[in-house]
Amino acid sequence: MKTIKLLAIACISAITFASCSDDNPTPTNEEEVITTMRITLTPVGGGSDIVLESQDLDGDGPNAPVVTGGTLSANTTYNATIVLLNETEDPAENITTEVAAEAEEHQFFYTATGINPTFTYTGANDSNGNPVGITFSLASGSAGTGTITVTLRHEPNKDASGVSDGNIANAGGETDIEVTFDITVQGTVIAV
Amino acid sequence: MKSKDILLILLLNIFTSTVIGQNCTYTFSGIVEDSHDKSIIVGATVYIKNQNKYTTTGVNGKFIINNVCEGKLIIEVSHLACNAKNFELIITEDTYKIIDLEHHIEELEEINVHAELAKKTKTSQETLINAKTLDNFSDANLGDALKEVSGVSSINTGNTITKPVINGLHSSRILTSVNGVRLQDQDWGIEHAPNVDINSAGSISVIKGANALEYGGDAIGGVIVMNPSKFIRKDSLYGKTILSQQNNGRLFSLSTNLNKTTSKGWFVNGNASFKRAGDFEAPDYNLTNTGVNSYGFSLAGGYKETNQGFDIFYSYLSNEIGILRASHIGTTGDLVDAINSGIPSVINDFSYTINNPKQDVKHQLVKAKMYKRLEELGKLSIQYDFQNNERLEFDIRRGGRSDIAATDLTLKTHTVSADMKFDSDPHRIYKIGISGGYQNNFSNPDTGVRRIIPDYDKFNTGIYGISEFSFNGFLLSAGVRYDYNHINAKKFYLKSRWNSLNYDQDFSNIIIEDFGTQYLVNPKFNFHNISASTGLLYQLNPKNSLIFNYGLANRAPNPSELFSDGLHHSAARIELGNLRIQPETSHRFSGTYKFESSKINLSVEAFFNRINDFIYLEPSGTETTLRGTFVVWDYKQVNANLLGIDTNITYNINENLIISNKSSLLKGKDIDNSRALIDIPPFKTVSSILYKKENWNNFFASIESIFNARQNEYPDNNFTTFVATTNTNELVDISTPPSGYHLLNFSSGFDFNMSETNIALQFSVNNLLDTSYRDYLNRQRFFADDLGRNFKIQLKINY
Repeated sequence: MKTIKLLAIACISAITFASCSDDNPTPTNEEEVITTMRITLTPVGGGSDIVLESQDLDGDGPNAPVVTGGTLSANTTYNATIVLLNETEDPAENITTEVAAEAEEHQFFYTATGINPTFTYTGANDSNGNPVGITFSLASGSAGTGTITVTLRHEPNKDASGVSDGNIANAGGETDIEVTFDITVQGTVIAV
Repeated sequence: MKSKDILLILLLNIFTSTVIGQNCTYTFSGIVEDSHDKSIIVGATVYIKNQNKYTTTGVNGKFIINNVCEGKLIIEVSHLACNAKNFELIITEDTYKIIDLEHHIEELEEINVHAELAKKTKTSQETLINAKTLDNFSDANLGDALKEVSGVSSINTGNTITKPVINGLHSSRILTSVNGVRLQDQDWGIEHAPNVDINSAGSISVIKGANALEYGGDAIGGVIVMNPSKFIRKDSLYGKTILSQQNNGRLFSLSTNLNKTTSKGWFVNGNASFKRAGDFEAPDYNLTNTGVNSYGFSLAGGYKETNQGFDIFYSYLSNEIGILRASHIGTTGDLVDAINSGIPSVINDFSYTINNPKQDVKHQLVKAKMYKRLEELGKLSIQYDFQNNERLEFDIRRGGRSDIAATDLTLKTHTVSADMKFDSDPHRIYKIGISGGYQNNFSNPDTGVRRIIPDYDKFNTGIYGISEFSFNGFLLSAGVRYDYNHINAKKFYLKSRWNSLNYDQDFSNIIIEDFGTQYLVNPKFNFHNISASTGLLYQLNPKNSLIFNYGLANRAPNPSELFSDGLHHSAARIELGNLRIQPETSHRFSGTYKFESSKINLSVEAFFNRINDFIYLEPSGTETTLRGTFVVWDYKQVNANLLGIDTNITYNINENLIISNKSSLLKGKDIDNSRALIDIPPFKTVSSILYKKENWNNFFASIESIFNARQNEYPDNNFTTFVATTNTNELVDISTPPSGYHLLNFSSGFDFNMSETNIALQFSVNNLLDTSYRDYLNRQRFFADDLGRNFKIQLKINY
């Protein structure tokens, strides 16, 4: 009856294993979430900074991001810098450095509707000589109302046609960030 | 070959006596098979009583007796584990005969789960896939092999993650039993294939509907029973090795097993398999990152005899599976791009390397079982089993985190069960059983990604009774089962999510801790489920039989349906479970007609399945995050009807030529909203023509034609999304099924003997015409075509 003994041992061990603990699980530290994108536009030749921001403090949760657009002056060139933050952590973690460290795998794209700004990549290229786009310059063009969309692609095909010039159409990869800002480009007010 | 055969006979025969006088120049040859699963029987004695000639079957189950005299033969075929079979035959020429042997009922119960099962489910829609057919799938998945059964299809993620679909139902609605153990492997997800090694099964039974209550009461779709390979109670050492190589994916696979048995009833066997493939190919491009790296082994041993016995079993399986690179997307905008472009966004040269996204799943199973026959009462069995399922999913991540799994789940399950079968009167058989289990899921927080499935403990108890009565050509079976499930989970909810689901109104009492932006909550559920099954088999005459069956089944919601909470990158969707989900109830009515003659085998299986509170996923809107727009899919419940018919016909034109057809038609309807159900397999018909010639070394060649119609009945879940980069509203067509398709497969082979070894060689081509197609039930149909032409060569050695 060795087998019965074996089975008895098996049963007992099952029951032992089964006694579960009452420890509560620990919350997951969400390191990869980007809650905030802040774009600071500094006018070349002086003037105050304009800050565009999208903040989504519940990450993939149901709340939509709070998006703050801005008003630009017509025919003005701005130097722009993007900062990405994870504000679920305290203090907030700067994600821009992660993107910069993996420059080959990331690229920002800028598109506009309703207005006609031109965007130029500035700052350091990645190790393959392709743009990353954490900094760029924006020439606002003529007055109007419209939107600017900033997209961050992960693992885009930077060698595809037009991609290094900032054309997103052939970029592929997956979208990490996609934010549309309402923008007003204001003509120079002439005092009468 | 003839001389080799004769040599074999000389070796195998102990005596050959001659009878003088008549014309004694004929050859009587054939094969001895198990009448249940058509597997070959080695070492059976074939005795011509009135001519005093005998021989035994070789390793391929074949026998040959030369110099047989003209006239009547009185033949007895016997085998240690079988009932002897006597029959008469008049011989006027060389004769070849297939002889079916029936195993001892007693012996069967101990060795072959199937036989026991076959007895249990005589009144349900059950199909058996035998060992020989399974060998053809040694380099494939369970889901591929089960498609041999009419009415069984699969839901896929690519071509390596294949989940069986029985009459339109899958995942938690299908129960898989491996070697008598209910598989517990996180079967709730579409991209979670069953963690079983097909090479460890001797045969597989597919039972449609929840009519095998001893395995569980919640298998609304059906039950898959993987039986261990047969045990022969004699002193023997034997094994089998299968090698195969495919050109598509440059797949190589090796599977081998070795068995040692003794006449006293002791046995030990081992099984090992290995499979490696790189990127597969569609007709026009490589399917980048679709490789697979899989290995596993199992060990079993024990002692089996009529009155008592025990066995222990251990198995380990590791599957590393690449997920099509192009199917990893961000937002709905990316999905639109993928659907509209028609080709994968990433196509690289062939590689064996498996990059992210990928999954790495390890499954271990331990089982110990003993049984004892109590005199004049029946048989008592007790079993304990433990399973450990570790599931890692790797995503493409930022900041050097790609080596950290994004999903890391460990599911541990312990089960103790006992059953008693009262079979002293073979016309009235009863079986009662009880089981208890404990399950724990641990979701590792080190992933840095919010848990998709929370930590939980689950306790369950089941008790059942089944019975079988036979009288006047009728066989009646009836059974009832009660299951109790208790789930105790601890889950984090983002406060914003908690409130948007209105849980703050209904479930505020289960919050146990407040973490600022999220709550830790402690949901507890108790589910009491009753299931029942009754069936009637009526054998009109030896050729015609009818089966009627009714099954009532209740299925408690699984953890995914209750708790799921996260983003699926392959579909740009957020999936949300629902704490308010209730069990679903199925009423399945079925009728089967079978006709069996020497020329024709026909079966027609029809069913109607009414499922109340059918749990399903449906898009309910979109949510915007910083990442972009995602579709939200919610679990909902509706009343649904499923109606279908499966046919199977085989016609032996002559002994060399066989034609066959399998077809299935299914309708699924959401009756609350008067629309079609999602993911219902379309009409499918498979026809084949087989030519075989036994005395050309069992040569065969076959052509198979598979026609898969387009699914024209589907729910329209399409929506429009704003694509910011182009400033347009685009239709996201996630509903329209792809076109129908037609595939041709070719297969040919032969075998030969070398001393005690039988070697079989097989060559096949799948998708002969290199047709480009997409399948409605493949989750990657949005991103890429299915597999192109595939040449395969397989070598099987039985020793």
